[in-house]
Amino acid sequence: MTPTMPDVIPDTDPRLTLFSRFEQDSAQPKWLMNIRKSGLARFSENGFPTLRDEDWKYTNIKAIAELPFKPVTELPASLPTAADLEKFHFLKASQTLLVFVDGQFAPTLSKLPPAQKGVLITTIKEALTKMPELIEQKLSKLSTVDANGFTGLNTAYFEDGVFIHVAASQTVEQPVHALFISSGKEAGATASTRNFIVAENSSHVTYLENYVSLGEAATLSNAVSEFFVGDNAHVEHLKFQEQDTNSFHIAGLYSEIGRAARVWSHSIALGAALSRNNIRTRLNGPGLQAVLNGLYLTHGKQLADHHMFVEHAAPNCDSHEYFNGILDDESRGVFHGRIFVHRVAQKTDAKQTNKNLLLSDNARANTKPQLEIYADDVKCTHGATVGQMDDKAIFYLRARGLPLEVARRMLMHAFAGEIIERVQHQTIREELDAIVWDRLEEKLATTN
Amino acid sequence: MSKPFLQIKNLHAGVEGRQILKGLTLEMNPGEVHAIMGPNGSGKSTLASIIAGREDYKITEGEIIYQGEDLLEMSPEDRAHKGVFLAFQYPIEIPGVNSTYFLKAALNEKRKANGQEELDAMDFLTLVKEKMKIVELPEDFLKRPVNSGFSGGEKKRNEIFQMAVLEPTLAVLDETDSGLDIDALRIVAEGVNHLKGPDKAQLVITHYQRLLDYIIPDFVHVLSDGKIIRTGDKSLALELEEKGYDWITKGEPVTA
Repeated sequence: MTPTMPDVIPDTDPRLTLFSRFEQDSAQPKWLMNIRKSGLARFSENGFPTLRDEDWKYTNIKAIAELPFKPVTELPASLPTAADLEKFHFLKASQTLLVFVDGQFAPTLSKLPPAQKGVLITTIKEALTKMPELIEQKLSKLSTVDANGFTGLNTAYFEDGVFIHVAASQTVEQPVHALFISSGKEAGATASTRNFIVAENSSHVTYLENYVSLGEAATLSNAVSEFFVGDNAHVEHLKFQEQDTNSFHIAGLYSEIGRAARVWSHSIALGAALSRNNIRTRLNGPGLQAVLNGLYLTHGKQLADHHMFVEHAAPNCDSHEYFNGILDDESRGVFHGRIFVHRVAQKTDAKQTNKNLLLSDNARANTKPQLEIYADDVKCTHGATVGQMDDKAIFYLRARGLPLEVARRMLMHAFAGEIIERVQHQTIREELDAIVWDRLEEKLATTN
Repeated sequence: MSKPFLQIKNLHAGVEGRQILKGLTLEMNPGEVHAIMGPNGSGKSTLASIIAGREDYKITEGEIIYQGEDLLEMSPEDRAHKGVFLAFQYPIEIPGVNSTYFLKAALNEKRKANGQEELDAMDFLTLVKEKMKIVELPEDFLKRPVNSGFSGGEKKRNEIFQMAVLEPTLAVLDETDSGLDIDALRIVAEGVNHLKGPDKAQLVITHYQRLLDYIIPDFVHVLSDGKIIRTGDKSLALELEEKGYDWITKGEPVTA
């Protein structure tokens, strides 16, 4: 083995051997087995990424590779209680709620919406019997762009996840809230969640993915979500991750967006020892607007990584990426923003900013823009900042009479608020604002 | 004679080892409007920043007494609570901080410090609407983040609007007129003139005379190389406009 080769996964690795479970399962449709096998092949070829991999050079996942691999294949016998659920956010206002425990659907904790014509909101397991053709046609079509072992592993081992299909011109009034609970009892317990969202032409839907933990074990949440957004559709997606700081969280968000559609995709990362979001967005039809928006608040030794790939494959599209991080203690924020503009994608308006506020001398941010532009009439801007709180702004506020502590708090809140205010759904935005506000207040209380 | 409202005595100050103010002395009485004019680099903005409490400057000598108290000993927020207001030359953009929220917090901090009851949202809105008329600002201004994405002129008008709401006892305007057209200039002047009162004073720092057509100063001071080299009435501003700063700074003989 030469040093530049990926670390080879030995044949005896449970990540390879445990796959026999699916091979022995005669209920698996053949096409699905083929998809799973291709995922396994991808994992075994690529293995886990290492620091030698340009796309992972700031994010060391060695601790994940060293975890035992314990895929959760059944719903745990003891489910979270109502009291357990109370500590999680966004529940009060959720009329549609799908709860998954360690990646397995928990019907008794969930509230599925009344049937609506043209709308199917369910689990992917259930959808395999209700809309198998659609899934066969599209599943894994987007995620294959990514040659990373985690997505491969998810594709091979996924158990369940959210399925949303909104037919043309239909509107889902209530946000769909998916709560993914990691019970956090056993190190290496792995939830391979697979979400699949199809919003046909001119449909409207808001989808909230909420990843949380109950226990403190070093679990792995390895999720993949694929979004197929039709022409003129409006889709808002908010991913909220607040898992235990001993756990690991990897997510792939793959989307393909059609003509004149509008998409808002928010990623809020507050938890996990290490979290990595691989966000791959393909702008497929002309005249669409995509807002990719994110906020990470880290402390202790946390690391939050957003790895973006926005592909402009059609003219007149806007993609606006805004990612802000507030980093305390020895934590790390990583942002990699790749924008690829195809030759046909004239009049592209691609904007990318990544701002990092360091609250401690030992916090660090790595930020890297990467623009590849093959069209000649485009507007592409990027900007990144890493720094302490702006002294000039603090002085401005103090000169207006705000005490130093109030000024600091206001600026920190503002820094997060820039991101939060882009959330379109009012109830979700307000709750998010309150959550982040509480987090920052705690932070100030501990730094004083 | 009653004590002056503001006394700046022999002020020496600098930044990063560079001396900017070199013995500035100035007195203002209540009810007065003073203008400070001077060429670029003469120390005008430094003086404004020091009065407001910016900590980047090192004061090596002298003092500032404001209403009988040592101003330099106070934090910027204390000064604001005691009625000092600086209209910034370059107002800071604060994305994410809502203008209404910010201004209400500022006003209530001041009221709290002065033993007054805090204004609730309704009372605040009533006050703000009244003040907005003075500066002719559209109401959606208040919903936007502080100065964020504002044009240069909007930022300056926002400073005057904040000033109108906070009703300072000592208002310092740091080149508020720069970059403004005549209409905006008139609005700014109106804001300042609204503030005038027997127990208040305004210090207007400007490079050009034209603002002083609208805000009539009682005194005009010429600042050059960190010192006030000449004081006169409003006609001094006109003379400066006509003859240029060299006329004074180069020390040519003049007939006063």
